[in-house]
Amino acid sequence: MNDAAIAARQVRFEQKAFWRNPAGAVFTFAFPLLFLVIFSTLNSGMRIEERGNISFVTFFVPGIVAFGLVSACYTNLAIRMTISRDFGILKRVRGTPVPTWAYLAGQVASSVIITFILFFLTVGLGVVAFGVEFRTGTAAGLFATLALGAACFCALGLAVSGMCPNADAAPAIVNFSIFPLLFVSGIFFPLDNAPAWLTAVGKVFPMQQLADGLQYAFDPRTTGLGFNARDLWSLLAWTVAGSVLAVRLFRWDPVKK
Amino acid sequence: MAAIRVRDLRKSYGAMEAVRGVDFDVEEGEVFGFLGPNGAGKTTTVEILEGYRQRSAGEVTVLGHDPAKGERALRERIGIVLQETGVERFLTVAEVLELYCGYYPRPRAVDELLTLTGLEDKRNEVVKELSGGQRRRLDLALGLAGDPDLVFLDEPTTGFDPTARREAWEVIRNLRSLGKTIFLTTHYMDEAQHLADRVAVIAAGRIVAAGPPDRLAGRNRATEIRFTAPPDHRLPDLAGASVTALDRGVVVRTDDPTAVLHVVTGWALERGVTLDGLTVSRPTLEDVYLELTAEAANGQ
Repeated sequence: MNDAAIAARQVRFEQKAFWRNPAGAVFTFAFPLLFLVIFSTLNSGMRIEERGNISFVTFFVPGIVAFGLVSACYTNLAIRMTISRDFGILKRVRGTPVPTWAYLAGQVASSVIITFILFFLTVGLGVVAFGVEFRTGTAAGLFATLALGAACFCALGLAVSGMCPNADAAPAIVNFSIFPLLFVSGIFFPLDNAPAWLTAVGKVFPMQQLADGLQYAFDPRTTGLGFNARDLWSLLAWTVAGSVLAVRLFRWDPVKK
Repeated sequence: MAAIRVRDLRKSYGAMEAVRGVDFDVEEGEVFGFLGPNGAGKTTTVEILEGYRQRSAGEVTVLGHDPAKGERALRERIGIVLQETGVERFLTVAEVLELYCGYYPRPRAVDELLTLTGLEDKRNEVVKELSGGQRRRLDLALGLAGDPDLVFLDEPTTGFDPTARREAWEVIRNLRSLGKTIFLTTHYMDEAQHLADRVAVIAAGRIVAAGPPDRLAGRNRATEIRFTAPPDHRLPDLAGASVTALDRGVVVRTDDPTAVLHVVTGWALERGVTLDGLTVSRPTLEDVYLELTAEAANGQ
């Protein structure tokens, strides 16, 4: 079996394991979809004038897609890898001939698959239940942003798992690192009237760049294919930084207590 | 050719030298028992052989490779059964085996692994539902997934009930009969006695004894004679034997049990004294081991 086939098998088994773990699967899927339903119901019929008179739900869906992506690629991956390391799974894997890249590619690809399933569910539910206006013209930019965002947050997830001392600490560290950013990144509500310093802080981080890039593709004022250069370049920079950090911080052995 | 060759192996952690010049060979096809108390440098040595740690100095060859290089060609030929290593909890036994078999170029069949480790009934059980003993058998099955030439077994039967241990020993003997080389670390001396062709004892970072378990540290030559003598009698002179008087009797250790026994029983008959609880035995591997490791600890 060649290495690509090994990676593909890894994905298959990671997926099996993911869907059998009720806690992981339910949390990853329930939160974004629940937020979508609640916020969309609360704000149904509302339009945002400053944003080209976009319906609230159409504004809200890309933010939820970003949130789902971060859950699957960052939160979930980082916690899962820390648990795997802490429980000695990574050490066991290290003792087999599986190439590092094939094993990690399997982990990352599995997270990306979950992201895309979540994307189709979120947008699908939005379109069917809440009349979200999906633009096919900007789909190229949308999918490019989604793919780059997934790569970026997977790299950061692997890097952060290297910083978590053990499985018990992982959920706290990972959630604490991302939660505040959710609120300064214009995911749940537009930050057009927020203080400038707050939005400036948000713009430094990939959470905002991802959400903004996805919102751009849903924005009725957007012309062209939906590629937001500023967001994409920033995400690329974070991807590179995350990858460098991941390579430096990744560990196979549990940290000695 | 030796499966493992270790020469003057050293490993330091900062100022602490955990392994202080260790030499041994493991021959192809033998079960090699590696014994030693916790903190003696045992795990460090094994993990250097397995490629998990880098040595500070010395020469190490495992199946003709330097394990420090982490070559895939080596990892394809060894199987590692570690202590306390997790496995994906939400996959079934058969799925985990299938996944790991896929990592190797010439894996064993999943069914074969299940039979070998007695897990046939658990094939469709999710890993998290397994008992401790079953989990340990799965560890063993995973270590054998790649049909390795050399298997590292780290405390393979810890936590097993006596029946399960005998079964595990049977599996290990089967592996040996298939021509596999087995590097066994264990705290159970009876396990080493039953399974190992040769053992080495490491204490305080050095090998303090090596050889077949029956002959380790002159064990075959030393015989212990124990008995209880009435307190008001002075024992005969037993030249060349070491005599220890304990509160509940006398222990005589000798290289020449026939002569010593003759003197002791002659002396008793002459005086009309009975020697209660008279036994003649060789020290167990555990006795020898405890003595060796205690000496090393005192010598530090």
